[in-house]
Amino acid sequence: MKKKWIALTLFSITAIFLAGCDNPLLIFDPKGPQARTLSSTILFSMAMMAGILFVVYVLYTVVLVKYRASKLNDDYEPPHEEGNKWLEIIWTAIPVILVVVLSFVTVSSTSTVEQKSVAYADQKPVVIYASSSNWKWHFSYPEEGIETVNYVNFPANRPIEFRLYSYGPITSFWIPQLAGQKYAMSDMVTKIHMSADVPGSFMGKNSNFSGKGFAQMEFEAQALSDADYKEWVADVKATAPKLTEDEFDNLLKAEQVGRKTYSSNHLEFRPAPEMDHGGHHHGGSTSTGDKDKGHEDMDMDMDHDAH
Amino acid sequence: MKWDEFFVTGEPMIYAAMVSIVVVSLAIPIALTYFKKWNWLWTNWLTTVDHKKIGVMYVLAALLMLFRGGVDALLMRAQTAIPDNGLLDGQHYNEIFTTHGVIMILFMAMPFIIGLMNVVIPLQIGARDVAFPRLNAISFWLFFAGAMLFNISFVIGGSPDAGWSAYFPLASLEFSPTVGNNYYSLALQIAGIGTLLTGINFLVTILKMRAPGMTLMKMPMFTWSVLITNVIIVFAFPVLTVALALMTLDRQFGTQFFAMQSGGMDMLWANLFWVWGHPEVYIVILPAFGIYSEIISTFARKNLYGYKSMVVSMVAISLLSFVVWAHHFYTMGHGVMVNSVFSITTMAIAIPTGVKIFNWLFTLRKGKISFTTPMLYALAFIPIFTIGGVTGVMLAMASADYQYHNTMFLVAHFHYVLIPGTVFGVIAGFHYWFPKVFGFMLNEKLGKLSFWFIIISFNVTFFPLFILGLNGMTRRMYTYSESTGYGPLNMLSMVGAVGLAIGFIILVYNIYWSVRYSPRNIKGDPWDARSLEWSTHSPVPEYNFALIPTVNKLDAHWFAKKEGKSLTSGKYEPIHMPNNSGLPIIMGAAFFLWGFFMVFSWWIPAIILGVVILGTMAYRSFEKDHGHYISVEEIERTENALRGEQHEN
Repeated sequence: MKKKWIALTLFSITAIFLAGCDNPLLIFDPKGPQARTLSSTILFSMAMMAGILFVVYVLYTVVLVKYRASKLNDDYEPPHEEGNKWLEIIWTAIPVILVVVLSFVTVSSTSTVEQKSVAYADQKPVVIYASSSNWKWHFSYPEEGIETVNYVNFPANRPIEFRLYSYGPITSFWIPQLAGQKYAMSDMVTKIHMSADVPGSFMGKNSNFSGKGFAQMEFEAQALSDADYKEWVADVKATAPKLTEDEFDNLLKAEQVGRKTYSSNHLEFRPAPEMDHGGHHHGGSTSTGDKDKGHEDMDMDMDHDAH
Repeated sequence: MKWDEFFVTGEPMIYAAMVSIVVVSLAIPIALTYFKKWNWLWTNWLTTVDHKKIGVMYVLAALLMLFRGGVDALLMRAQTAIPDNGLLDGQHYNEIFTTHGVIMILFMAMPFIIGLMNVVIPLQIGARDVAFPRLNAISFWLFFAGAMLFNISFVIGGSPDAGWSAYFPLASLEFSPTVGNNYYSLALQIAGIGTLLTGINFLVTILKMRAPGMTLMKMPMFTWSVLITNVIIVFAFPVLTVALALMTLDRQFGTQFFAMQSGGMDMLWANLFWVWGHPEVYIVILPAFGIYSEIISTFARKNLYGYKSMVVSMVAISLLSFVVWAHHFYTMGHGVMVNSVFSITTMAIAIPTGVKIFNWLFTLRKGKISFTTPMLYALAFIPIFTIGGVTGVMLAMASADYQYHNTMFLVAHFHYVLIPGTVFGVIAGFHYWFPKVFGFMLNEKLGKLSFWFIIISFNVTFFPLFILGLNGMTRRMYTYSESTGYGPLNMLSMVGAVGLAIGFIILVYNIYWSVRYSPRNIKGDPWDARSLEWSTHSPVPEYNFALIPTVNKLDAHWFAKKEGKSLTSGKYEPIHMPNNSGLPIIMGAAFFLWGFFMVFSWWIPAIILGVVILGTMAYRSFEKDHGHYISVEEIERTENALRGEQHEN
């Protein structure tokens, strides 16, 4: 059958792609522990799925070659078969086992990537707030007291904790080579953990459709050596302007802007919608803030960009 | 609403569409008047309550919508075929992928499935119509009103632009201020009510109107799949109804259910949408599984392998379909616990689905396989759908999904599931049951030609998207820069899309060719098939069966043929049939106008139309309509004519 060969050829082409020569696909070119875990999880599942496809395709080929009417006698009359208890048990049981295996892999890899990598377990994470508005990203550094727009610098070989929220539609924060994505929403803060093993520049983007300027909503994520990072922070503090409330409101209103750098951040006058600032509680978050407290100031905050 | 915003302006393609709409809507009444066909159209089609004719109208509407959605798809592929393309601007592209999704799922897949259900189910269970024929006509006209309302949005007022899932707050008045998403909530609401009524109707039909002797475990597999599908419809669609009502309230009446302020929750919409949306996937795919089961066992000339496990698998799939919805947003920031639970329930669906695949393979084993057009689609389905299935398992793993979510990998996956699953399924069913309805076959040569075009082009179109997704290309981007390297594979995908279009054009040409030239001398059972619909004439008389067959086992028709027995006995008796009614189409028209006025928040006319709708219901409540009888003489005349015609040839 022609189509089977097409499918097989296409799959072997992909296999070659995945084997990855000089230019591997982004997902299979991880530069940090979280992305590496995901890459190997995906490759493992692909290998397993290739096995399943192989079994199905072999059976399929055999029955189609052997039992086509043109190859059989005219007086051949197919038998009446109700089914076979043992065969049916086998092809229920084997998938059950496969699903159990995959479930273990899923649970363990999910919990691995949802926290600080063990490789950097002894280090305190660098916290950076990433918030989206229209079609741009704001990065606020609470410890350094600085803020950037549409680019983010952080030290390599350190655990980084991004805290995500949105001034508007749901966006999804994604730096494919460092970690999987997570939603940024207006009424709660989500967290994403990552680290870069090497200094370098990585593509980051919003992957969740958010309207007109969505296609251009990319940013550069740059991992710097510790010394370079410290130097950059000191430089920003010395030379960049302060981020005033008016300036921030204008930024929120703008559809798209280029890169910006400020020596103060918006968290001081516009805190993130965390538990103690009126966020909703979704399952699984570890914070135990009072759920409804602070809804009012949240509303006032949101009114600014709502109109 | 300003009047200069009423019509969509400034796009040459839109102007061309407006001109063609005006031309077509003038041409149809002129042609009807010229050929004196108004009366024929009204009495034979528009007022009909005959399940077969309603089914045909559903399928015709679905084919129409397939072309509308297909043009959307071609435009999307053309826009992304080369980097930094300027064919469409961002807004136009956003509207097109939104309408493509909505139309293909709700106004193409759904009516196609429901159309085949309408044609086949009463015949397959040996009944003379559905349980509530008038309600069935109302279902159709509500679907049609919803579809038309949705379609006029692109020339009047602008189309919805927040994706087919219309996530809040993007779909809220604040971020989507045009009337586009009002069309979305109201058109889907009207069509959705029609679907819910269909669900109730077929549930009752299958449970109460089976031929004597046909116990549940002697029902053909398509009937089983439709029964389970309608159970899902009855449970899932009310969720959509509520969600859409809340959406209308939020957008047009100032409530804050999904708002960012005042304690509204944007993620509530995502949850409600997918609580309906995931079962919806199984609503369109289970009947296709049923169609494949019929076709595979017919053309392998063998009974379906593992009948009981097929039924059990479908029941399992239907239950699991309600407990997997959160896998659509693993990335929302649930804890590991929630994501793990939904990963496992999702992967568990692979088990009953795998059982079905193996049962089909073992039905083929020891069979005597003939490669007719419907069988080719069924055979192509197995390997291609398996790719869709295994990539689905990969996506089900929450951690891995953090890398696939919102990428072209996901887009490739669901096209690999929905096209071989649903689309090939309904096309296979269309070729298979066409002779039953019309009394002549579709041309096999043209059928096979379009099959090869569609199968090969499908893979060329969608396989590259898996690779693009793994390379980080996200969906719904109207453009990308050359440096991303996404260009060549997108161009390849565009080439495939053109091939798919050619395949579908050949399919339509095949219908035209067969209507004109196909021989009309077929008997009741041209495929030498197994279930009851093949025991009556082709085309089927109005009353379906002159005598109701008695069934004692699965595939009773097949065994009756082999043993040379008849499934019927006794003398003709007058047959009670329901009367035609103009009320359903009037209700449909009233709903359409009501929806249109609601979209623009024109309250006075909307209230008037609301009263008209209630009036039609009140009229029906007081109407005395006891149906009519077909006399024995007329039955004899019809039966002799149908038999005689076949003998002459």
